[in-house]
Amino acid sequence: MSDTTKKAPLARRALFPLLLGLLLITILYSVTIGRYDLQVRDVALILWDNISPSQAPSWTKLEETVVELVRLPRVLAAVLIGFGLAVSGGALQGLFRNPLVDPGIIGVTAGAGFGGTLAILLGIHGYMLLAIAFCFGIGSVVLVKFLASVRGRTSILTLVLAGVVISAFFSAAISIAKLLADPFQKLPAITYWLMGSIASTHYGDVLLLAIAVIPATILIFLLRFQINILSLGEEKARALGTPVVLVQWLILIATAMISAGIVAISGIIGWVGLVMPHVARAFVGADHSRMLPVAGIIGAIYLLLVDNLARTVTTAEIPLGIITALIGVPVFAIILRRMHSKGGWSND
Amino acid sequence: MIEVRDLHVRRGDKTIIDGCSFAVHSSGVLVILGANGVGKTTLLNTMIGVLKPSRGHMEIGGKIGFVPQLFEVAFSYSVMDIALMGRVRHIGLFGSPGTRDFAVVRRFLALLGIEDLENRVFNELSGGQRQMVMIAQALSSECDILILDEPCAALDYRNQKVVIDVLRSLSRDHGITIVFTTHVPQHAVEIASHVLLMNSTVSYLSGTAETVLSESNLSALYKVPIGRAQFAGSDKFTYAPLFHHGEVRHEP
Repeated sequence: MSDTTKKAPLARRALFPLLLGLLLITILYSVTIGRYDLQVRDVALILWDNISPSQAPSWTKLEETVVELVRLPRVLAAVLIGFGLAVSGGALQGLFRNPLVDPGIIGVTAGAGFGGTLAILLGIHGYMLLAIAFCFGIGSVVLVKFLASVRGRTSILTLVLAGVVISAFFSAAISIAKLLADPFQKLPAITYWLMGSIASTHYGDVLLLAIAVIPATILIFLLRFQINILSLGEEKARALGTPVVLVQWLILIATAMISAGIVAISGIIGWVGLVMPHVARAFVGADHSRMLPVAGIIGAIYLLLVDNLARTVTTAEIPLGIITALIGVPVFAIILRRMHSKGGWSND
Repeated sequence: MIEVRDLHVRRGDKTIIDGCSFAVHSSGVLVILGANGVGKTTLLNTMIGVLKPSRGHMEIGGKIGFVPQLFEVAFSYSVMDIALMGRVRHIGLFGSPGTRDFAVVRRFLALLGIEDLENRVFNELSGGQRQMVMIAQALSSECDILILDEPCAALDYRNQKVVIDVLRSLSRDHGITIVFTTHVPQHAVEIASHVLLMNSTVSYLSGTAETVLSESNLSALYKVPIGRAQFAGSDKFTYAPLFHHGEVRHEP
């Protein structure tokens, strides 16, 4: 890439470090938000203390607890969720060569949502809930891929339709589970979990998120050039010499890992994976080697801001999925209209 | 060098190609003519290895670069992004283009005279320019054989000439074997060393351009009378359809 960067305008070269800096500031700022008042400087010092311990701390033990045990895990979770959703959305849009695709489209979100609902219904909590949501998420993708494959080949159109079918099935299953749930205890738990919240995140959740998100995003990033080629279409990719089926599987599994992990921790948070890649493309163009990392960082910043909004606007927290939908839908409508006026995109 | 003998290709239960044979020597130009739906694209897809023949002998002496029919991409890739994709066989599954890949692509963009387009958005180019970018993409794979699916379709006369001139130069000056399909017999007259006529899924005629291109063969191929027309004051000629409408054109 050294050759392109030489010619790239200064703004584009500076963008990545700029975004990283912005992310860091947003993280520090997000930790200050809450009922216990803190300053960005204090937060920075408290966190820096872990790397180079200070002899004379200027903060109280309580402040340290608030930062490190209460707020930081939640902030880290938001970063991982925003990053993962944006990267998996970007990869799927390339794979399906359709800029309006979202992790929800391949059925994984609804599958993982049902898994979590089932767990709550059966009175299962904690890691078992996460594991069940995770398994249903991966399972639904395998099911979608199986439904969409005819004689060993998968057409993108049938894959999307299979995703719609499987999503509809699991949505219906979630409704049945809600009907069966005890309306005073389990129904509210299911409903709030599905709407998405990271209010009570602890380091165990962050670890699980990291296990789901980090290796999968690394895999997606390694396949960045192959995603470029697949976005021309399967036939053309095959003619160019890409191992189409292998790359499709790797990306589907990686995005399923990310989505299932995120749904398991925070419920269904829509629209981030759809919108962030568009923002990234506007900055750095369509090439996935540049677009994916930028989309990831913008997604992380975006979800941090959304989470800050969720816990400050009202005394009761607003579920994240509601805010991302409220922001995402109008943005999506604008993108759709702009694409329409440009003559749309080819989806043969 | 390409040699195909008694090729059979099936798609599901349907036989698309039934006993097709032809050959072209290295740095030759094979032009494939045939009506719509006769299996031209299937034949090309078999040659590039996307489809498997059910039986027959196919010998292809060299690496193939393929130029599909003109299309738009879903995202706003730059010309460089698109051309670099031709390098995929030289880049590992987890790799991305390096300095050498950029150099190879720039060499071919310059060869085709489109180095100025490098940073332009592919979808915003004219059809002729996009066709040249796709040829650059195929050449960037460092192929010996270039296979093109209707490279002149949807192009105006000037851009048809540009593409035909480029193909001629690639074969003559760079020793690349060219295979392409077209609906315009003139393209074959201009640059073909060999011609394959695909009359139906069972009837094929192939050979050198001089032996195969004739009024009677082309008339049988297109099922309309085709005449040979000499350009006045030149030794050049073309084949064109003679349409009989049974009545004279309305005069204003």
